[in-house]
Amino acid sequence: MMVWINAIVQGLLLGGLYALFSCGLSLMFGVMRFVNLAHGDFAVLSAYVAYVLVEHLGGTPLWTFAIVIPASALVGFMLQRLLLDRALIGGELSPLLVTFGLSILIENLLQQGFGANNESLFVGSLSYDSWKINNSIYLGRLQVIVFGIAVLLIASLQLFLSRSRPGRNMRATADNRRAASLSGVNERRVRATATAIALATVAVGGLFLAMRTSFTPTSGSNDLIFAFEAVIIGGLGNLWGTLLGGLILGVAQTVGSQINPADGILAGHLVFLAILAYRPQGIIASRYAVS
Amino acid sequence: MTLLRLERVTAHYGHLQALDELSLSLDEGATLAVIGANGAGKSTLLSLVSGELRPSQGRVYLNDEDITKVEPYRRVNLGIALVPEGRHLFSTLTVEENLLVGAASRRQGRWNIDAVYDVFPFIKQRRNVRAALLSGGEQQAVAIGRALMSNPALLLLDEVSLGLAPVIVRDLYVALRQVTEGGTTLLLVEQDLTEALNIASHVLCLLEGRVALSGSPQDLDQTQVVNAYFGRHAAPPEANSPS
Repeated sequence: MMVWINAIVQGLLLGGLYALFSCGLSLMFGVMRFVNLAHGDFAVLSAYVAYVLVEHLGGTPLWTFAIVIPASALVGFMLQRLLLDRALIGGELSPLLVTFGLSILIENLLQQGFGANNESLFVGSLSYDSWKINNSIYLGRLQVIVFGIAVLLIASLQLFLSRSRPGRNMRATADNRRAASLSGVNERRVRATATAIALATVAVGGLFLAMRTSFTPTSGSNDLIFAFEAVIIGGLGNLWGTLLGGLILGVAQTVGSQINPADGILAGHLVFLAILAYRPQGIIASRYAVS
Repeated sequence: MTLLRLERVTAHYGHLQALDELSLSLDEGATLAVIGANGAGKSTLLSLVSGELRPSQGRVYLNDEDITKVEPYRRVNLGIALVPEGRHLFSTLTVEENLLVGAASRRQGRWNIDAVYDVFPFIKQRRNVRAALLSGGEQQAVAIGRALMSNPALLLLDEVSLGLAPVIVRDLYVALRQVTEGGTTLLLVEQDLTEALNIASHVLCLLEGRVALSGSPQDLDQTQVVNAYFGRHAAPPEANSPS
């Protein structure tokens, strides 16, 4: 019995990472109604930037958050202004194709620069330290921290969207672009802000992912699939739904692994497909778009 | 003083010409009602002024400043607010949130959330209700209130009476009179001729993108208006300018 409880607990902690990873994807979809296919690659790119910083400047990878997060936000802002805004003019398919192209570009550039070897960000004892609950259940300290940050980040984003003026304008733009523009909302700035926030959050997810496990230039595609599944399970454009989706996916994978160690990922995909078939709008239907 | 001026403005939707070298000027504090049959170019005129549509020819001026190429959200900063046909509320936001988004431009003036609730007290009770759950009349009041929150110098109204019961329309026009008494200039497109003629200081009747009739409601008789409206022996325009 304790084995199953442990699988669920570990799944919830893993789900926190998926939620962290997915909330930016959910936000971008909520505001702009397109899926950023380079989302996973931006996470991996952030991990490589941190890797290079630590290689050259030394110290623990934790300090790189202070550089990678604002840099990612800036990249997101500029990316939206210079590329995605132009793509959006061409209809719904154009940004998909553009982000797909970006994904290929980032993967190939990383492969050119770093080769195909596995890398990881080592955070000392934090990588393996854990709290013992009982003889069967141990909670990894890093995993618990990641889970806590995921909940904190999503709650902060939720607060930003519901209480702040820019957040309200973002929800208004997601709801009705024409009316937002006619109300004096600068739609371009809203979109750029949303992408900046999305890339900042994906950087957080990417760095923690790199601390928990290894990464390669092409692991962004896999990460995108998990992020996408978490978003779909929870309900597109719904941040709390994304957290729930991440938790369900994480638990499905760890319980699946408990049944058969080779089938964890498969179990996650099967749960995703089952939810897609029976509740395509997600578990929490997007009654409150973006928020 | 002239607030809005259109100079020989022509507008197209693809190959279809919606306005043909239309000129008009509108003084501060005036209320101009634009009437005409479907397809006459009334809503196109509002789209040109709000910035949603660029003219293929001609210029648009606000306070003598050329705003022809200014984007819609910047025009709100300059003092132009549109209440679009069909309300276009933010359906997932509450009434109060809808109104607060209307203040995005941060223009200063007499309108704030309390002033809007004073004019439309019935929406105050529904302040925490999502806009999608409101009645048609309540939605229209929120749409007008949201536009007022930007403290416009020029308020554009597109078919505010559309789909509403006569008693609701009457109440809305009572509220709009309070708005005009505060000095706000109104440019309204309306199918309800009675209400339009009652509130307007000037009337402009469009027919196939051109001015078919123009003047003050007191100077125009009903037959002239009806004839111009339906294009039957349209009287020649007295002037191209309503002011």
